[in-house]
Amino acid sequence: MSLSTVGDTKNAENATENAKVALTVNGRVRQLELDPRTSLLDALREHLHLTGTKKGCDHGQCGACTVLINGRRINSCLTLAVMHADDEIVTIEGLGSPDALHPMQAAFVLRDGFQCGYCTPGQICSAIGMLAEAKAGWPSHATADVAAQTTALTDAEIRERMSGNICRCAAYPNIIAAIRDVAEGDRG
Amino acid sequence: MATMTGQPINRIDGPLKVSGKATYAYEHWDVGEPLYGFIVGATIGKGRIVQIDTTGAERSPGVRMVMTYRNAPAQGPRDASIPSQYSRAYPMLSGPDIHHYGEPVALVVATTYEQARAAASLVEVEYAVLSGHFDFAKRLDKAYAPKAVNAGLATDSAVGNFDTAFKSADVKIDQVYTTPYQFSQPMEPHCCLAVPNGDDLTVYVSAQILAEAHTAIASTLKIDPLRIRLVTPYVGGGFGSKLGIHGETILAALAARALKEPVKIAMTRQQIFHLVSVRPATSQRVRLGAGRDGRLVALGHDVTMFTSPISEYAEQSATSARGLYAAPNRLTRHRLTALDLPRGEDVRAPGEAPGLHAFESAMDELAHALNMDPIELRILNEPKVHPEEGIPFSDRRLVECMREGARRFGWERRPAKPASVRDGRWLVGYGMAAAIRGQFQMTSKAKVRMGPDGIAVVQSDMTDIGTGTYTIVAQVAADALGVPLDRVRVELGRSDYPAGAGSGGSWGASNTCTSVHRACMALREKLRIGKIPAEGMEAEGEIAAMSEEPNYKNYSIFTYGAHFAEVGVDVDTAEIRLRRMLGVFAAGRILNAKTARSQLIGGMTWGVSSALLEDGTVDARTGAFVNRDLAEYLVPVHADIPEIDAILLDGFDGKANELGAKGLGELGNCGANAAVANAVFNATGVRVRDFPITLDKVLPALPREV
Repeated sequence: MSLSTVGDTKNAENATENAKVALTVNGRVRQLELDPRTSLLDALREHLHLTGTKKGCDHGQCGACTVLINGRRINSCLTLAVMHADDEIVTIEGLGSPDALHPMQAAFVLRDGFQCGYCTPGQICSAIGMLAEAKAGWPSHATADVAAQTTALTDAEIRERMSGNICRCAAYPNIIAAIRDVAEGDRG
Repeated sequence: MATMTGQPINRIDGPLKVSGKATYAYEHWDVGEPLYGFIVGATIGKGRIVQIDTTGAERSPGVRMVMTYRNAPAQGPRDASIPSQYSRAYPMLSGPDIHHYGEPVALVVATTYEQARAAASLVEVEYAVLSGHFDFAKRLDKAYAPKAVNAGLATDSAVGNFDTAFKSADVKIDQVYTTPYQFSQPMEPHCCLAVPNGDDLTVYVSAQILAEAHTAIASTLKIDPLRIRLVTPYVGGGFGSKLGIHGETILAALAARALKEPVKIAMTRQQIFHLVSVRPATSQRVRLGAGRDGRLVALGHDVTMFTSPISEYAEQSATSARGLYAAPNRLTRHRLTALDLPRGEDVRAPGEAPGLHAFESAMDELAHALNMDPIELRILNEPKVHPEEGIPFSDRRLVECMREGARRFGWERRPAKPASVRDGRWLVGYGMAAAIRGQFQMTSKAKVRMGPDGIAVVQSDMTDIGTGTYTIVAQVAADALGVPLDRVRVELGRSDYPAGAGSGGSWGASNTCTSVHRACMALREKLRIGKIPAEGMEAEGEIAAMSEEPNYKNYSIFTYGAHFAEVGVDVDTAEIRLRRMLGVFAAGRILNAKTARSQLIGGMTWGVSSALLEDGTVDARTGAFVNRDLAEYLVPVHADIPEIDAILLDGFDGKANELGAKGLGELGNCGANAAVANAVFNATGVRVRDFPITLDKVLPALPREV
C-alpha cells in the first residue's frame, strides 16, 4: 500500500499531515495527497471531480454514494480514501458514457427508473453489484432457503437487496423493471 | 409529422443523469477550487447566545473565516408583508437570539471540507436558555385564526347552517385525526456554490423557483439583482423544500463576497431537519352528517396546526373538503398555534396531503357506519357545480376515475366486512380514497430562437427537479414549430433566461409549456412572413396569472383521481405491508405519458409513506427533532413498495389553457394516504386516527381470531 505522509502545503503553520495515496479509479491510477479524514466519497467528488457519485446523507443510510470496489458495492461515504490504495474502484462514470451507456444505464433510461437523478448513479452501481451477489448465490432476507446454491431473482428479492438505496422521487417500480430487464437479458 | 406531445418518450436528460454527467449545484468545477463552509447550529430550542468563542476554530488548520452574528455583514430584514415567503430576505447570523433548535450560530470556512468540519466542532457557544413552547398537543388551546392560508386561500368557509344540520343528521361521524411533522428530504442536500467576480456574484443553487430565489438573495445581500446570476441546470429533488432558499445559500454568498473566493456549503442530512421546511403537525376534527340514504347534509373540517412565531405559515388543509362533495351545510376552518420550532414550509401537496388523510378517512368511516360501499357513497354525493362557489367545473372526472379504478383493481373483491379475509399470516384489506387538487396559473415567460441551421433553442428560467421539464418542453415546442424533436434544444435553470413560474404547486408543466407554446406560435408567425437572418429569429411567449384569467374565476379548475390500496396486516405482530396499489387520474392533457406516470407513482408512494412511516418526533424539552436522519425518520425503501401503478385518463381541459394540460406533481400524493389507512381498517377492523399507522397502534385492538 503506497501510503506516506507529507506536510499540508496550504497551511504550513499549525499543519495537518496529509497522506499520499494512489487510487485506481475507472482503470486509471490517480495520485492524491489527502487529509487522512477524507472519505472515499469526498476524494472522488472533491479531489478527482468525479461528481457522478453523490452525497445524500454521508452516513451510509441512503446509498447515493454507492460505488463498486473490486466488483462489490460499497457506500463510499463510510470508508476512508486512504484505505483503498490497492483496490479497483469503479464509479458511474466508469460504467458508460452518455453516448455509450452500460446496459443497466440504458435500462434505467428506457424504464424511467429515476426522476431527479440524484440517487441514480448509486442505484445503478448497487444494481450491478447486487446482480453479481445474486449470481454468486448469496442469500438475502427475502430468500426462503438460505442454504440453496442458487437464488431465483424474484421482484421481492430485488426489492430486498436494493433497499439500501433510497429514491425520494420513488421511482421504485421503474427501477425494479430496469433491473429485471438487465437480469433477464443476462439469462437470455 | 406525428404529434410529440403526450408521447411516452424517454427523458432527454436521461443519458446524462444515468452516467453521472448531470451537474448539480455543488458540482461545478469549471469555476475553480472553492473554499468549504460548515454550519454550526444552536443546541438549544430558545434563548440567547451570551458568549461565543471562535478562537479555537480560527486557529484550526486551513480555516479562512469564522462568521457569527458579531461579524456577519448587515443584511436585509425578513419582510412579512411580501406575500410569498420565498421572495423575502433570508438573513443569517443576524443576532444573538435563538428561535429554534439547530438555528445557525456560526459558519466556518476552510480550505477543505474536513478542515471546516473539524473546526466547526471547536466553536464554543454559551447560551442563556429560555423556556420555549415545543409541545403541539399542549398548545392547541392557544390557536388563532390567520388572515389567510397558503396560496392566499380563505381561512374559513361557511355555507348554510352547519351546526343545526349536523345536530339533526341521522348518521354522524365526529372524529379527531392527527398528523405528524413531515419533511421533504430530497436526496440532494440543500447546497450552494457562490462564485464572486468583482461586485458580481454567480450562485449555483439548488432551487425550484429561480425568480423568487433571485429576489430573496438580492434583498438579503442588499445588492442590485442585476449583479446576481443564478445557475440551476439540475435539482436533486425538491418536494417543496427548495421553493425558497435557505441558510446555506445566504451563508455561502456572504462568505464568498467577504473572502472574494468561491465558497460552497452543503447542509448535512441531520441539519436539513432543522434548517429546511417542516410540514406542520395537525389536529383535525372532521364532522360528517348524512341521511340514512348516505346523502350528506353537513360537512365540517376544522384544522389546527403549528406555526413558527417568526414566520407564519398555514397549510391549506381544509380546502380540499370545500370542493370534494355536495352538502348544503358546510364549515371549514384553519387555526394556528405558535411553537418555537423551525418554520413551516411547503412539503409536497401542502394541505391536501394531511387534509385528505383525515377527510377521506372520515368518509370511509361514514360509509362503514351506513354499511355502504365507499365508492357509492362518494358518487351519491357528487356535486353538479362547485359546492361552495356555485361555479361550474371545467372538467370534473372524479366519478370516472373511481369507476375505472374499481374495475381495474378488482374492487368487487373487497372484503365487505372488516377483518374477514386471511391469506396465511396476513389479514387482507382493501381501501380507496378520492384525490383532488387545484390547478394554479402564474405569470410565466419563455423565449425561442431559431437559427439558419433550423435548430430551435427554447429558454426559460424554469427548473427540472425530476419532473421531466426538459423533455416535455421539447415535445411541446416541436409540435408548435412543426419540427422534429431533435431540432429543439431546451435550456433551463438560469436567471438570465425569461422568468417562468418555476417548479412548485404542480404548476410548472402547464404554465411553462403554455408560455413555450405561445413563444413558438409567435415565432412561426414571424417565420411565415420573413426569412431567418444570420443571427437567428426570436419570439417570446407569456401567460398571465390566474387572477387575470377569467376562466379561473368562472370555472372550478381542478385535477382528480382515485386511489386503491390492498394491505396485509400480520395476525400476530400487526406489521403492515402494502401489497399493491393503483391510482387513476384525470389531469387534462398529458404532456408525456411516461414521465407523468412516474410522477404519479412517486406521489402515491409519498401517500403510503405518510400513512405508515413518516413521523418527525420533537423532543418537547428542547424543540429538537430527535429522529433527524434517514435511518430514524423513515421514508419508503424498495422493499416497502411493491406493485404500484398509475393510469391516466385521456383528456383535455381547454378552460385551463390552450394546451389543455394541468399539473399532476402533487395529485398522486392527495388522498393516497387515506386509501392505505382505509385498507388497514378493512383488513383489521381497527381504526387508527393518529397517523402514521404503526403496528404498536394497531396491535392492542387486533382481533384475536379471524
